[in-house]
Amino acid sequence: MGITLPLLILAIPLFMFLLLGIAGVKMSHKLAGWLGCLGMGTTLVLAYTVALTYYFCPEFTAETGERIQTIVFNQTWLAFTQNLVISLGFLLDPISALMLIVITTISFLVHLYSLGYMEGEKGFQRYYAFLSLFSFSMLGLVVATNIFQMYIFWELVGASSYLLIGFYYTKHSAVAASKKAFIVTRFADLGFLIGILVLSYYSQTFDFLKLTTDSQWVLASTQGATFMGASVLTWALVLIFTGGMGKSAMMPLHIWLPDAMEGPTPVSALIHAATMVVAGVFLVARMFPVYLLEESATMIVAVVGAVTAFYAAMVACTQIDIKRVLAFSTISQIAFMMVSLGVASNGNGDVCHHGLGYMASMFHMFTHAMFKALLFLGAGALIHAVHSNDYTAMGGLSRYMPVTRWTFLIGCLAIAGIPPFSGFFSKDEILSAAYAWSPFMGVWMTIVAAMTAFYMFRLYFLIFRWDEPDYGHHTPHDPPLPMMIPLVFLAAVSCVAGFIPFGHFVTWNRMPYDIHLDPWIACSSVAVAICAICLAAYMYRTKNPLPEKMKNAMPVLWDWCHHRFYWDELYMFITHKIIFNGVCRPLAWFDRHIIDGTMDSFAAVTNKLSRVIAPLQSGQVQMYVFVYIIGALLLGGITVLCLI
Amino acid sequence: MDYSQFLAMKQEIALLCVFLLVFLYDTFMPRESQKGLPVFTVVLMLLATAAGFCSHCLGTSCQSEVFGGMYFTSPVVAAIKTILNIGVVIVLIQSIKWAGGELMIMRRGEFYELLLVTLFGMYLMVSARHFLVFVIGLECASLPLAAMVAFDKNRYESHEAAIKYILTAVFSSAVFMMGLSFVYGLTGSLYFDKIYAAVFGAESTLLVMAVAFVIAGIGFKLSLVPFHLWTADVYQGAPTSVTSYLSVISKGATAFAFLVVMAQVFGSVYSQVWEWMMYALIILTITVGNLFAIRQRNMKRFLAFSSISQAGYIMLGVIAYNALGLAAMMFYILVYIFSNLGAFGVIGAIENATGKVSMDDYRGLSKTNPKLSFVMMLAMFSLAGIPPFAGFFSKFFIFTGALQGASVAIYVLVLIALINTIISLYYYLLVVKAMYISEDECPVKNFKSACSERIGMWIAVAGILFLGLVSPVYDTLIELAANSEIATYFLR
Repeated sequence: MGITLPLLILAIPLFMFLLLGIAGVKMSHKLAGWLGCLGMGTTLVLAYTVALTYYFCPEFTAETGERIQTIVFNQTWLAFTQNLVISLGFLLDPISALMLIVITTISFLVHLYSLGYMEGEKGFQRYYAFLSLFSFSMLGLVVATNIFQMYIFWELVGASSYLLIGFYYTKHSAVAASKKAFIVTRFADLGFLIGILVLSYYSQTFDFLKLTTDSQWVLASTQGATFMGASVLTWALVLIFTGGMGKSAMMPLHIWLPDAMEGPTPVSALIHAATMVVAGVFLVARMFPVYLLEESATMIVAVVGAVTAFYAAMVACTQIDIKRVLAFSTISQIAFMMVSLGVASNGNGDVCHHGLGYMASMFHMFTHAMFKALLFLGAGALIHAVHSNDYTAMGGLSRYMPVTRWTFLIGCLAIAGIPPFSGFFSKDEILSAAYAWSPFMGVWMTIVAAMTAFYMFRLYFLIFRWDEPDYGHHTPHDPPLPMMIPLVFLAAVSCVAGFIPFGHFVTWNRMPYDIHLDPWIACSSVAVAICAICLAAYMYRTKNPLPEKMKNAMPVLWDWCHHRFYWDELYMFITHKIIFNGVCRPLAWFDRHIIDGTMDSFAAVTNKLSRVIAPLQSGQVQMYVFVYIIGALLLGGITVLCLI
Repeated sequence: MDYSQFLAMKQEIALLCVFLLVFLYDTFMPRESQKGLPVFTVVLMLLATAAGFCSHCLGTSCQSEVFGGMYFTSPVVAAIKTILNIGVVIVLIQSIKWAGGELMIMRRGEFYELLLVTLFGMYLMVSARHFLVFVIGLECASLPLAAMVAFDKNRYESHEAAIKYILTAVFSSAVFMMGLSFVYGLTGSLYFDKIYAAVFGAESTLLVMAVAFVIAGIGFKLSLVPFHLWTADVYQGAPTSVTSYLSVISKGATAFAFLVVMAQVFGSVYSQVWEWMMYALIILTITVGNLFAIRQRNMKRFLAFSSISQAGYIMLGVIAYNALGLAAMMFYILVYIFSNLGAFGVIGAIENATGKVSMDDYRGLSKTNPKLSFVMMLAMFSLAGIPPFAGFFSKFFIFTGALQGASVAIYVLVLIALINTIISLYYYLLVVKAMYISEDECPVKNFKSACSERIGMWIAVAGILFLGLVSPVYDTLIELAANSEIATYFLR
């Protein structure tokens, strides 16, 4: 493959960012919006060309059937040592091709959707510039050839997410949310950076191909050194995973994602549902062969994922803001993917069931991106119609917004895991992998899946059924065409995506195989999901006092769930009370008095000295000559005295 | 006598031609075409610069010693003359407006003739390998300057400055001659290489005093502390074009000549005699220059003290006493020419338009004259050594050169120099603050500076922005310095 197409995939969004960012203020909203869509549309076509060429062209398949990892180009940027080189390049392999498709699809649909959703907003051009910047960063991240390039784009993604969350920068809550998101993920990235440094220090390479294919080398180079009882490799992988936890909002670093919903809703669909938040999953998947070498690291991935999935599902059952419900459902679903990666190995450095978990994780990432973006865009249409984020302001909307209702329903069915919608297939693979790893994990994840079905249909019924509030003479209606097209398209994808023979495209060792449905697991999960949906229907289909009764029956549990188990308060307490008072205040005092004091006294002395010697410049030429000759004599005299 | 020896003096001859043509133009052209003299001079000087540069690039200016070893030229000497030429061209461009004024009508030619004569003197200083030639060059470069300083006949300060200048100049020449006579008494020769051989291992009180007097004599022109006291009054009193010429060209040429004298005459007693003298002088010069600069409100006086401390930094290239130091010094001079002339260009433009030279008058300048303020800011940043401007690189290289010495004393010296850059940052930023932050009820009105002034400032800005980033410039200088004749003295 030539380098033109891959290069353009990265260059066009960057160019659009510069164009819209610099010249955007001079453009009309319409022009800027359509330019953004045009740029992203072109990128979409190029990305599809590249990805489909990769999947279907025999040149990228070895004789054994294995898909070949191809480095399209790799430009050395900084060479520290002969081996330790930071390059910028383009790696094409099954998962990066998959991500190219996901990112460009969702990004293009969001560009299109925003034409309607953001119409008339102040800073419309800036919004499109940031969208382009985000797309560029995300594309750069997934095609990174080495872990350092990934880190660079990883930070760029964080920065553009910050810019987009804080898009309504006059709104206090949006500013606070953007800061929170940036600080929390940045804090996690510190771990990531340390992990990168540790790993590269020992293995002497940043290169993904070297790290993932040469396990002997990685093992040999990191052997021997230990820190606090754990091997270097464990430390490096856990620290790298910390970065992934931050971006993918795993507990306890999940606190930024619900607040990030302050951004415009299409942004939530693009960044906080489909693309950026799966970066952590992608990172673990990219490093998967290295994680295989270390049992404890995969164990941590699985456990963190399982706990987060359950926690987020519980919280999602009690939220009022529909975007918050979706946010927690996102956390829960990403945790599914993490669990799936964590259970892909059986702990002996081998993978079980053909690395079923790996494939399932990537499959779920793909289907989830589609149906979650659908749900978010649907939520955007609802918010657009009723001008509120709370379900209390909605109800009975199925009458007014049929298209939104049906597409939203498809999204809910997909995420609940009802066949034949896409979520069923991918979730079923994850559950199979979990059962294969340990029955407990399988049951646990099935329960979470049931909770998923419950809270999604709770949301659905509360929005589209329940009781109709007074909409006044301003009745809600379906959104305009640019917003409608993405909804319908994504709904269609969610209907059929499950039938993609995913095992042929993405597997851990890139060898294609046929995926199977385990009938028992499939039946049980579907049965559980249907039960959950029925329960939700029973409780929320019409207005009744049952939910209120339930709430009063378990006040403590409801309270904790509703307040997200007080994680934010805990963080507030730790930072404001302990760190600010215990560490920051003494340091600030030290800085203000000792460091500044020293500098100030230097300045004062300098000033004083300058005043003292000022009379030397008397303006009298006799004095000048006198000083001159004394100077010359002293210069010689002192040297003579020292010499002799 | 073999007249072909004159061929070695290509650059001097070119300069002489410029001088003669300017003289003829001034004398014989009718009064109404006299206005063309400034541009005429600039064009001629450009041609001379280009000729010198090309002869150097084409490799025709090889190393040669003529007139019985009194005169010497080599690629590195030609390079320093080219650097001076570039500076002179910028000064001449910037002074076109001033020299073209009505008041100058009778004296326009004199200004250019005097200036070219002093430049010729500087050429001789740089090329001299015999003290007789050196002294002729030194005087040639000093005395006409007094007349130039006094050029504003109608201003009292101009007279005062000229008197102060000539008195101290004469006095320092006397001290310098005294030192030379000691040298002659000790060695019986005025040839550089003969003195070099004779003083080797012959440290005596007389020699030390001789070195001290020579340093004092040349230090006067470099305005090293404590030989600097004339500087502020003269810079303030002289016309701005003359001040800028004094502060960059005169200083640059002398610094190079000084390095040649110290290396090729007294190089054999470097560590015994003059390393510590220079050490003390550098610390004094940088520190005192800075301390005085803090208090100045008059821009020209302010730049006078800033140029004193800059001279201290240039002297780091002398005390480094190696090829890297030589290259760094030449680069420093080059960058200093552009940075300082950027600042003087702005000062001159404002003075020509409004007659204001106080820092207080610069308040709020960014509102009324954003472009001028921008040039001034770049110049200040470059002088203070803020990356990525050229001044940062020149300071960096000169510190690197000095640190080759790798002794604790040198580390301390560089540390002191570094601390002083912070002090200098304070007063350079005062100017920026005045222009960009301070408010004023009646700032300098917006005005359109003359085309010539703008060209001069553009050249300076280009130099400030690109000299540091375009690596071939410094690489060439390093190569020149490493292969130069002076470098062989460092090794002995």
